[in-house]
Parts: sequence; C-alpha cells; structure tokens
Amino acid sequence: MSTTSPTAPPAPAAAPKAALFHPTVARLTYRALLGRRRALILFALPAMLVVIAIIIRVLTGADDTTASGILGGFALGTMVPLIGVIAGTGAIGPEIDDGSVVYLLAKPVPRSTIIFTKLLVAIGVTAAFSAIPVLVAGFVLNGNSQQIAVAYAVAAAVASVAYSALFLLFGTITRHAVVFGLVYALVWEAFVGNLVPGARTLSVQQWALGVGQKIGAEGALSSDVHLPLAICLLVGVTATATWYAGRRLKALTLAGEE
Amino acid sequence: MSTLRIDHVSRWFGNVVAVNDITMTIAPGVTGLLGPNGAGKSTLINMMGGFLAPSTGTVTLDGTTIWRNAGSYRHIGIVPEREAMYDFLTGREFVVANAELHGLGRAAAARALATVEMEYAQDRKISTYSKGMRQRVKMASALVHDPSVLLLDEPFNGMDPRQRMQLMELLRRMGDEGRTVLFSSHILEEVEQLASHIEVVVAGRHAASGDFRKIRRLMTDRPHRYLVRSDNDRALAGALIADPSTAGIEVDFAEGALRIQAVDFGRFTELLPRVARDHGIRLLTVSPSDESLESVFSYLVAA
Repeated sequence: MSTTSPTAPPAPAAAPKAALFHPTVARLTYRALLGRRRALILFALPAMLVVIAIIIRVLTGADDTTASGILGGFALGTMVPLIGVIAGTGAIGPEIDDGSVVYLLAKPVPRSTIIFTKLLVAIGVTAAFSAIPVLVAGFVLNGNSQQIAVAYAVAAAVASVAYSALFLLFGTITRHAVVFGLVYALVWEAFVGNLVPGARTLSVQQWALGVGQKIGAEGALSSDVHLPLAICLLVGVTATATWYAGRRLKALTLAGEE
Repeated sequence: MSTLRIDHVSRWFGNVVAVNDITMTIAPGVTGLLGPNGAGKSTLINMMGGFLAPSTGTVTLDGTTIWRNAGSYRHIGIVPEREAMYDFLTGREFVVANAELHGLGRAAAARALATVEMEYAQDRKISTYSKGMRQRVKMASALVHDPSVLLLDEPFNGMDPRQRMQLMELLRRMGDEGRTVLFSSHILEEVEQLASHIEVVVAGRHAASGDFRKIRRLMTDRPHRYLVRSDNDRALAGALIADPSTAGIEVDFAEGALRIQAVDFGRFTELLPRVARDHGIRLLTVSPSDESLESVFSYLVAA
C-alpha cells in the first residue's frame, strides 16, 4: 500500500454547511430505500390499487360512491400509511440498526441536515408511490368526477408528509420502528379510529381528508377534522417529529460490539 | 498534529460499568489499545469518535470536546468494527460519497482508493468484497479527507496474513507522517508488531500504559503456572524446587501431575528440560495452565 504524500495534502475539508439538504445523503437514502427487498411493497401496493380500479371499472362502470370507497378505504386508509411506514422507517432505521449510519454521522454535516434530507426523500418516495397511483386509480374509477381523483391524490400527498415525518422519527427511536408504524397505521387509524370517534381527531388520515374535502365537490369526501385544525395538526406533527428526530440523531449513541 | 485526551472517563450502561475512571493521552504516532474481549475498548473508541457520551469525565481532541461536535470530524477518520457499509454501492461510489460528505470530490476519493490499493476492484459492488477488501475500502473512506487522527476498532479481525501486513505497513506510515493513529486489538502480537505505545484496558480499567517492551516484560515476568507429567514426578519435583526459578510445586494426585509455579519464566523454561535430561526423567506433558489472555491481563491489573 502507498500513502498520500505529506507534502501535498488534499484541500482541507469544507466547514459544515448550514444548508438543510445534502444531495449525497439524499442519493444514499434513495438508493437504500429502493434497493431493499421491502421496496417491492412500494411497487406492489400501487400496482394492486390500479389493477383493482381497472377491474371495478370494467365490471361495474364509473361510479362515484365506489370510487370514494376504494380511494378512501383501501388507498388512503391502508396503502398510503403502509408506504409511509416503509419509506419513513426505511429512510433511516436500517442504517441505525446495522451501524452503517456511522459513515454519515462521522462527517462534518449537521445532523439536522441529515434528518431533513432523509425526510424529503421519504416524502418524495411516499408521495410518488401513493399520490400518483391514487390519481391514476381515481381517473380510472370515475374519470375524476366530482374532483374525487384529485382530492384523494392531494390528501395522499399531504398524508405522505406527516406519515414520513412520524415514521422517520420512529426509525430514530426504536429498532422496532416498522412494528410501531404498522400498529399506528393499521390498529390506531383503521381500527380504533372506527370504534372511538374521538380517536379520529388524532389521525393523519382524517387530517389529510380535511384537506381533500376542500378540493372535492361538496359531500364527495368527509372528514371529522375541519380544515384549519387539520392544517395546524399536520404542520405541528410534521415539524415536531422532524425536530425531535434531529435531536435523537444528535445524541445517537452507537453501542460497541462488546 | 493532534492529541486525544481522555480525562477521568467512566461510562456505564445501567448497572454495568464498561469504562471505569480512565485517563490517557493518545499522541501522534501509532498507539495500540490492547485488552481482552469485553474490556471496554470499543466503548472507549466510540467515545473518542463522538458516538457515545462519557457518563463522567471528558474526551477532547486538542482541547475541544468531541461529543456532539460535528466539526471534529474534519480531523478524525473512523474505521468501525462493524461490517455493515452501503453494500449496494460500488467501492468507488462509497468512497466518493464519503468524500462528498466532507465537501470534497472525486479526486480525493481516487487518492484514498489508491492509498489502499483498491483501484482494481473499485467498480465492483461492496456486497461482493472479501473481508479484507471491505476493510481497505473502510480505510479509504476514513482517509479521504486526510485526517490527523485515525481511529480503528479491531481492524485486523478476519484479515489474512498478507492483508494484515499491508494494513500494518499503511498504519505505520500514517503514524510516521505525524498522524495520531489508535487501533484496538485483543491480540498482543498484533499490537506489539505495530504500536510503539500501548494502552492496556482490562475489565473497564486502565491496566498499563507505555512502551510495548515494558508491557511485554510485565507480561512475561509474571508467575507462570504449569501442569507437568513425567515418568517420575517426585524426583522431578525435588530437582526443580532446588532452583530459585521455581516458587512452589504441588503434587496433584487426582490429575497424576505436578502443578508448578515458576517465578522466572526464562530461567524455568531452560531449567525444566535440562533437569529432566540430567535425571533421566521422561517428560510426558508440559502445559501452561494460566496462559489465557484474560489471566495475563488480570495479572497486569494486579501488578
């Protein structure tokens, strides 16, 4: 092996930048997310949604009620949170679990930049794999009658932001982030939310529907949360979860092998 | 030139004390952190690398606290023990990413890959690399910003002799250039081949510090215990106990052997075969009974 010449050292490393986005962190996160086996679910669920939409359209024709049922029940109620869990926890959890995050952390890059960049990638992936298929499925189901397709697609995009922040935080808190994410998404939002009306107020899905409600035709979508409160809760949860995830990463300790 | 200082550092996890009031200074040159598995070496390296906060005490680089100080990574390069990297990348992509995270470019990455002689495999996926190749790419990622401090946790684990020799040569040169190189190991021979200065840690405590010859002597000069079987144990015992290199002999009836405590290692190893030959005694078993690294280290703690 040879060594670098001591008389010609490389240029000194740049000072930590205050920018909130780092393209290298984004590239690594994006490739890690789409390179893992669980990424298959990212492709499978939207494909399933579109296929179901095509089958229903062929069998029953265009129907607004059916479209709302599919987009609100399967898409927004199940698919979007599942994709959020995969993208949100997958953006950081596996790196912390296997220790490879050390290569990101041992750099003069602010931890807040790492978290914010990972959040943007998680949002991008969740929105791409949920909002776009929802829009396509909506158009297939009823041709965007009553703005249902656009309204649900916007709701899915809005939900993607909050889910990504929430599940990214889970990824920095626990090794079982996927389990906690699934419990929240499927048990809390889908099950408890249906049994206990009050629980719906604390549901990302309902907040997103609150936004979608304003876009769709009168009565096409319904939400238990009004728009101003929905926006406040979406912004508040996203900001708080991102801030706390940054704090967790700043104080992240890597236990030794011993 | 940079100096790492560990000042009265303790670290505990719940009720378990992993590092117990350790004070040491790691100066430029190659330093070996030696200790048995579970001694607290990784905990110490994690604290020096800013990945673990000391429960008490301070860990500083040239007077600046490392914990929660991302700026210190401009001066520190870390080679972690854990295998996990970004296996889906090629070696080159991985090192380039590390360079970019330091605000550097492809030229710095290419230089680091050349330093560890990994150019020939730089376009292969890391997942296809052998242990030694992974270790070299990890080294390249740590060297990409030309750090003044290099921390390596058990870098020789799993390497074949040739790879080990190459890495030793590289680290030796890094030390000669004035870098502060600290590596951990649980193998004494590994450490003494490379490090001019050794810090020994046992059960979370700082057991010894200094020149490897001094520590080697401490380890060699300790009382040694042997289990010896011969065709005339009593005659052998009588002849051995007359020499001052032997401190005590016990006849173990159950084992059918002698348990001998020698105080002068060098002299005893010459004495035993000579006495056996002179008395016409045939040696059947000569086995050190306390040569485990743990017992050697335990002696150092007590010394």
